[in-house]
Amino acid sequence: MSGPNTEYDPVEVTPLQAAEVEAMRDAAIAAIGAAKDLEELKQVRLEHAGDRSPLALANREIGALPPQARKEAGARVGQARGAVNKALAERTTVLEAEHEERMLVEETVDVTLPTDRRAPGTRHPITTLSERIADVFVAMGWEVAEGPQVEAEWLNFDALNLGADHPARTMQDTFWLQPADAALVLRTHTSPVQARTMLTRQPPIYVVCPGRVYRTDEIDATHSPVFHQVEGLVIDKGITMAHLKGALDHFAAAMFGEGISTRFRPSYFPFTEPSAEVDLVCFVCRNGEVGDPAECRTCRGEGWIEWGGCGVVNPKVLVACGVDPEVYTGFAFGMGIDRTLMFRHNVEDLRDVFEGDVRFAAPFGVEI
Amino acid sequence: MKAPVSWIKEYVALPDDLSVDALAARLTALGLKLEALHTPADAITGPLVVGRVLTIEKEPQKNGKVINWCTVDVADANGTGEPQGIICGAHNFVEGDLVVVSLPGAVLAGGFAISERKTYGHLSAGMICSRAELGLPADGDGIIVLPADSAKPGDEAMPLLGMDDAVIEFEINPDRAYALSLRGVAREAALGFDVPFADPAEFELPAANDAGHQVVVEDEAGCPVFVARTVTGFDPARPTPEWMKLRLEQCGMRSISLGVDISNYVMLELGQPNHCYDAAKVAGPIRVRRATAGEKLTTLDDVVRKLEPADLVIADDNGAIGIAGVMGGASTEVSDSTTEIVVEAAHFDPVTVFRSQKRHKLGSEASKRFERGVDPELPQAAADRVVQLLVELGGATAGEGVTVVGQAPERRVVTAPVDLPARITGMPIPAETTVAHLRAIGADVTVEGDELTAVVPSWRPDISQPFDLVEEVARIVGYEDVPSVLPTAPAGRGLTEVQRLRRRVGRVIAGAGFNEVISYPFTSEADYDALALPADDARRRSLRMENPLNAEQPLLATTLLPGVLHTLARNVGRGNADAAIFETALVFQPTGDEKAPILGTDRRPTDEEWAAIEKAVPAQPQHLALALTGAREDDGWWGQGRAAGWSDAIAAVRDLAGALGVTLDVEAAAVAPWHPGRCAAVSVDGVLLGHAGELHPKVCKAFGLPARSAAAEIDLDALLEHATSPQAPRFSSYPVAKEDVALVVDASVPAAAVEAALREGAGELLESIRLFDVFTGEQVGEGKKSLAFALRFRAADRTLAEGESGAARDAAVARAAEVTGAVQR
Repeated sequence: MSGPNTEYDPVEVTPLQAAEVEAMRDAAIAAIGAAKDLEELKQVRLEHAGDRSPLALANREIGALPPQARKEAGARVGQARGAVNKALAERTTVLEAEHEERMLVEETVDVTLPTDRRAPGTRHPITTLSERIADVFVAMGWEVAEGPQVEAEWLNFDALNLGADHPARTMQDTFWLQPADAALVLRTHTSPVQARTMLTRQPPIYVVCPGRVYRTDEIDATHSPVFHQVEGLVIDKGITMAHLKGALDHFAAAMFGEGISTRFRPSYFPFTEPSAEVDLVCFVCRNGEVGDPAECRTCRGEGWIEWGGCGVVNPKVLVACGVDPEVYTGFAFGMGIDRTLMFRHNVEDLRDVFEGDVRFAAPFGVEI
Repeated sequence: MKAPVSWIKEYVALPDDLSVDALAARLTALGLKLEALHTPADAITGPLVVGRVLTIEKEPQKNGKVINWCTVDVADANGTGEPQGIICGAHNFVEGDLVVVSLPGAVLAGGFAISERKTYGHLSAGMICSRAELGLPADGDGIIVLPADSAKPGDEAMPLLGMDDAVIEFEINPDRAYALSLRGVAREAALGFDVPFADPAEFELPAANDAGHQVVVEDEAGCPVFVARTVTGFDPARPTPEWMKLRLEQCGMRSISLGVDISNYVMLELGQPNHCYDAAKVAGPIRVRRATAGEKLTTLDDVVRKLEPADLVIADDNGAIGIAGVMGGASTEVSDSTTEIVVEAAHFDPVTVFRSQKRHKLGSEASKRFERGVDPELPQAAADRVVQLLVELGGATAGEGVTVVGQAPERRVVTAPVDLPARITGMPIPAETTVAHLRAIGADVTVEGDELTAVVPSWRPDISQPFDLVEEVARIVGYEDVPSVLPTAPAGRGLTEVQRLRRRVGRVIAGAGFNEVISYPFTSEADYDALALPADDARRRSLRMENPLNAEQPLLATTLLPGVLHTLARNVGRGNADAAIFETALVFQPTGDEKAPILGTDRRPTDEEWAAIEKAVPAQPQHLALALTGAREDDGWWGQGRAAGWSDAIAAVRDLAGALGVTLDVEAAAVAPWHPGRCAAVSVDGVLLGHAGELHPKVCKAFGLPARSAAAEIDLDALLEHATSPQAPRFSSYPVAKEDVALVVDASVPAAAVEAALREGAGELLESIRLFDVFTGEQVGEGKKSLAFALRFRAADRTLAEGESGAARDAAVARAAEVTGAVQR
């Protein structure tokens, strides 16, 4: 833009006359209103608000007016341009909204299409159930103990008051390792971990041990040569059967729901004295509280489910494992994890647990 | 142990209104666990009566069969008193016999309803029954013929057949051998209902004398007590009375002959195994001694047994005539011509019996009782009881002789603090209760101050320490009264680091789409062959089981691959064509010196002893194996899927290492069972963890897997040892500068080597590097490949100046050229 043109006669500069400016403004606003989409509006913007639009050109002429006329003309043109820009902004908002709405309609997909590009992986329910069991006890301050699966005969049997000539040894059909005098077995229960724990830790001992065990049972719907147990062991001062009952009631409720308790029946295990079988009140019929046990398929009319064995640690075991029975007492329990899985999750055939069919684990995901 | 309720009631005055269920429940609560309840009467409804066969007309049929058209007198049981016309196909009866008749309206075992029906041209109104039709153990195909004069027509038949008598079958724990007898079961019942018990072994016994059959016990430790009695004039033709047959049968034993039946009956009654010898066949005195080397004996089951010097035998002048407490010999067996009998009732050492029984695989009713512990004070009463029955039922005359060698050991004395039951059970058991309950089990109890002294009854060899007394008191008080008190553990440390990491491993691998499986660790040479393991492969050295379940799988696995690959193949076989599985489990590595010590149990092992145990137990590291086949990603509307392959197996291991903060080294390897050109060895800090890649085509074939199946196996314990805890990164917020380079190298140069050289040459401005394309073809030349890398540069403290990233890129390329011969395209 050049400097002020003092020779200029404002009367002769028509674009700056009010009527002209208003006409330019109105033409612009009409064009804006007529724009049907953003593309058209872009064109209108160029024509009516761009550098070469009539109003822009008129604006340039303001400088040529005599000073006394500039103010008035400037205000007039400024107002007109403001009105045009406002109309443009408003129209842009409207057209953008329309555009977006149309786009969203056009981009509609079929959300019911399958999304299974890759089947999800799973963890074995025996693994996750073992973890869940461990968590129940860890939450009480217990720790998780472990031991080998090929185990010394002495730890699997003798240290647990199951001497070579104990009739109860034949109750545990044992896999023996070669050579015949190796005195090594595939552990028949998780109880050797008890012995290992006592031999390697000082009381107080509060441990739980989920693990794999072996017996020479042919596989069928309820038996397997490989199965899983969870062992619990507490050695402390003043431990009683009442503590055993308390721990198992808590365990039962944590696994099967509030109000699910246990009952003891006298039994015999060489490593505990007194010994008991543990039954669980049926978590389906609750022994008649919720349903009729006679019609219950879970407990088969018993009202109770056999869950495992337990007892007060036999002082003979404490002695063999270096714990002073005059100072400490303890309790131990053992439950089948496979069995627990079977009735907690309706597994009908134990073979499914070990055959590794990928369809079996699918519902169990990565937690249980 | 099966116990007829009627027999239990002979020794104990149970309440009249006591139901069988309540009796069984109480005994279960005391520790005699109900195994099954047998109530034959419950299986049958409606009239089952005694009938006398009046007439039999034999009517041959066209098919060659002959049927009987009978009339049977059932007195008024049919409502008319007229004889009942019945068709019967059996032929083991004659006119005048007493039979069992089910009349129309009856429903027999298995829901078989009896009604009048026309058959073989007659109206048959009922059925003459066999034992099987009544759900009773059968001893032939014929119908039941009752002993003459044992009943009259119209009588209820069930009581005669013992069908109204329930039999409770118990599971007897090894510590309660006394309950392997009616004497023991009844004693518990008396205890359970606090009613008097009449001990069937308590009666006046004749005094021992020297007039009997001579007995020499040469091994007093093996045989502390031996009683011999004799009878003469036994009539072997006499039948076993029906009541005795019934009881034997109810207890699950077969009737054999009167002499044998009496022996078994007394064993069931008192719990004392005993034996009858044909006196005529016993030569000279009876000797109890250990067998001599090479000695042989034909046992009652007609098997010739080669005896060992550890076997305790009963012998006469001709040699062994029985394995003590296990089984008698055939040569002195009572037969249908036996008239003189020597009765043996002895006490044998439980361990000796247990070992003989195991050695000869000859478990018997006798050995089952002896090895668990029989009442050593019983032999005299038991022998006398056998004699009584031989006299009473067999027409025999008791010999005057009463040979008793040795005597029962002193009853054991156990002392305990009187409050021990309360302290151990957590139940508030007062001293008086403890004393009363211990007396109830037959102990003599005295209390002095806080100390209780119990003289243990002779039939309870299981009670040897104070805690045994606790159990006795507790079970009578009732386990249901044990309160529930949560024990309070000291603050725990939670899971160990390794236990936590193992959970992470499972989640990561499952997160990568693998399914966890559990397979058996039993394997074989054949499996190792299928894996194509070389002869000298360390994985072939396996522990072997002495008694494998399957003779073809005698080894304990040193690798998880056989189990995982068989499982994968099973999935494919079942139509799960796209399967990815994994397993974490122990593998078993022999030491070559498998010999664990058997230590004492009267004290803690010494450090040396414990070290010896630990040394003998083989190493059992935890491994992870995975395998996959089929589609890794499915085809779908999104486009083409992707087949599973070598890289997925390696990726899974890499992802796992990444999740554990471990930097893996991956390099080419050629190890079975992998494809030699598609196998990666993975290691960390120079420690080999395992391998991953595509399986060798032969291995796929051997396991029945589709070609290109992939697998990995690593030592998980070793991997976890290198796990690191995550550290927060430092990162720059200045702008990134991106540079791509394409380098041509020989096809044999590993991408990892090129990347390493680039990284080294790029210097510290390099933020990341990523291989985004591998290209081979004419443009790059034969035996060459082009690798395209995206490099990102950034400085920690400033915006990079113009040309800085380009210079770093050039340095990187120069280094790659130097190290790998790379040429920039």
